[in-house]
Amino acid sequence: MGTREYIRERFFPHLWCPGCGHGIVLNGLLHAVENIGLKKNDIVMVSGIGCSARISGYLDFHTLHTIHGRALAFATGVKMSRPELTLLVPMGDGDALSIGGNHFIHACRRNIDITAIVMNNRVYGMTGGQYSPLSGYGTYATTAPYMNIDPDFDVVAVAKAAGATFVARSTTYHIKQLTDVLEAAILHKGFSVVEIMSQCPTYFGRKNKGGSASDMMEVFRTRTTPIASKEKAEDPSLIERGVFEDREAPEYCEEYHHIIERATKGR
Amino acid sequence: MGGQVKFIQGNEACVEGALYAGLGFFAGYPITPSTEIAELLSARLPQKRGIFMQMEDEIASICAIIGASLTGSKSMTATSGPGFSLMQEALGFAVMAEIPCVIVDVQRGGPSTGLATKLSQGDVNQARWGTHGDHAIVALTASNHQDVFSITVDAFNFAETYRTPVILLFDEVLGHMRERLEIPQPGELPLVERLKTALPEGVDYHPYLPREDGRLPMSDFGGVHRYNVTGLFHDMWGFPSENPSIVYGLMRHLTDKIEHHVDDLTRYKEYYADDAETLLISYGSSARSALHVVMNRRQRGERLGLLELQTLWPFPSELVREKAKNARYVVVVEMNMGQVLQSVKSAVDRPDKVSLANQVDGTLITPTTILNILRIIQGRGV
Ligand SMILES: Cc1ncc(C[n+]2csc(CCOP(=O)(O)OP(=O)(O)O)c2C)c(N)n1
Ligand code: SF4
Ligand SMILES: [Mg+2]
Repeated sequence: MGTREYIRERFFPHLWCPGCGHGIVLNGLLHAVENIGLKKNDIVMVSGIGCSARISGYLDFHTLHTIHGRALAFATGVKMSRPELTLLVPMGDGDALSIGGNHFIHACRRNIDITAIVMNNRVYGMTGGQYSPLSGYGTYATTAPYMNIDPDFDVVAVAKAAGATFVARSTTYHIKQLTDVLEAAILHKGFSVVEIMSQCPTYFGRKNKGGSASDMMEVFRTRTTPIASKEKAEDPSLIERGVFEDREAPEYCEEYHHIIERATKGR
Repeated sequence: MGGQVKFIQGNEACVEGALYAGLGFFAGYPITPSTEIAELLSARLPQKRGIFMQMEDEIASICAIIGASLTGSKSMTATSGPGFSLMQEALGFAVMAEIPCVIVDVQRGGPSTGLATKLSQGDVNQARWGTHGDHAIVALTASNHQDVFSITVDAFNFAETYRTPVILLFDEVLGHMRERLEIPQPGELPLVERLKTALPEGVDYHPYLPREDGRLPMSDFGGVHRYNVTGLFHDMWGFPSENPSIVYGLMRHLTDKIEHHVDDLTRYKEYYADDAETLLISYGSSARSALHVVMNRRQRGERLGLLELQTLWPFPSELVREKAKNARYVVVVEMNMGQVLQSVKSAVDRPDKVSLANQVDGTLITPTTILNILRIIQGRGV
């Protein structure tokens, strides 16, 4: 089939800046979908608001471009009504974990079979470079001209603690791994979270002297390491990549089906 | 009629109406005085293989019902003032993306946490203008349980016919009071089912292209037509557009599809309105007290009448102007600071003859209070 089949070509060129990492995520995602062999009619992509969220408009699936932070709540309504469909929910770091943080932890907790993709560029790209909950202490942003004093949190740790049954991280530099973890996440039965470190050269890069898009991706190469690697032991400040959680637990739609069986018994 | 008879709360009458209309998906978050709707549906919906979800908040609830509606399910949420405030942004999404759904607001006293267990009709204007931007909206109410049932069925029918969210504005007294309900037989009340496109796979489907009659056939998510749904201004395929003529066309469509059908959307009742010297206009639980006054005074030969509005938005201005034409006094009876009063004043020929009989202390306005206010308005003293 070829990934081109999944694209709404008439909406290209896309609106992302040159060098933006979000296009690489799109590329990896389409390869994952192709490898699995999913049919376009069986995929629903739900997104919120942000540069990342615009990914849905470019894809020839059933696409629902909603409001800022709430994509997972919309997706939950779709999935519960049509459990046989594959739900993909790409979100920005602000979308998923700031305004949408509550929906994120509760979707993890329910373990509903949805794949959440956090395109983490550590900034509010769409609104022009304000700090996000993932920017981290010491960074600069258009709303942190003196320095950001907001600590960040670890998306993987939050997702695991909240109960997600598949949790992984990769970066736009590691396109092969990115594709593989997305494939595994989609195939996983239950709530999957894939954090993808993505670059926003336009805002995060410029404000933090990150250099060009390739410079920023070079940092993804040098400052990350596979889970539990020797390098991590030597330099604990490295960020780990890979699959952090992959376990089986009752899936929410299936559990609900049991509720229907209980309610209709003898009827 | 001749169906099952129940002695129940108004909230349960709403549940019965929703199930009669074919409710398939409910998501909500508990809040007094609407909670019984969620509790009852948590038992009833799974029995019909429908879906009940208690979400993490009201925002998630309304978002979930919009998602479910896109798969073809008739969907509803229920809340009260604070939760209704939280739902406003997503309500606007449903308006913009033209997603049928029903939002029940069992009103309590506000602003803020206000009076959690007491009544008010203070959300009438929030229903109209709570979400940002120009738009039209449908909001309905009723004053007794039989009407709560049938107006709930109407709400689902309007949602499907006009591809729009519909708001049901009940109140604490109505929600919690117990009264007789006779459930109509299946088929007795007409039901509007989802209008689905007949276009086969491979034929270009336009989710946002109205037919000649103004209706827009839908296609279920997961079906053979893939399209885009967005809260941005969009073209007939659902793709974002900032083209001024497309933006203008959509704004007109969203407004006109409701405002041009006021007659079809208007539900009301009238009691001795035609020859009334003093016409009361009321709705919801306060209309019960108003009706009591009218019946009582008519027996004594006073020319009092009542126009009970069940459709609050779009406001039935023509109807109000017509009914108020010959009245010397028009008195709006409501449980707020005069929210419907303003619409009545702009509808009638002589706004100076319109007065307000209201009560905003969390308790139901009594017939005696209405009567006392009437005497003052009529210049007869208390
Ligand atoms: C309720 C609401 N608040 C604020 C905004 C403005 N807004 C749009 S996108 C965005 C942040 C986007 O950041 P992120 O989710 O990280 O996505 P990115 O653009 O970086 O991919 C904000 C604050 C909005 N659209 N809605
Ligand atoms: S602003 Fe940043 S996130 Fe948005 S498109 Fe440009 S590079 Fe990408
Ligand atoms: Mg971001």
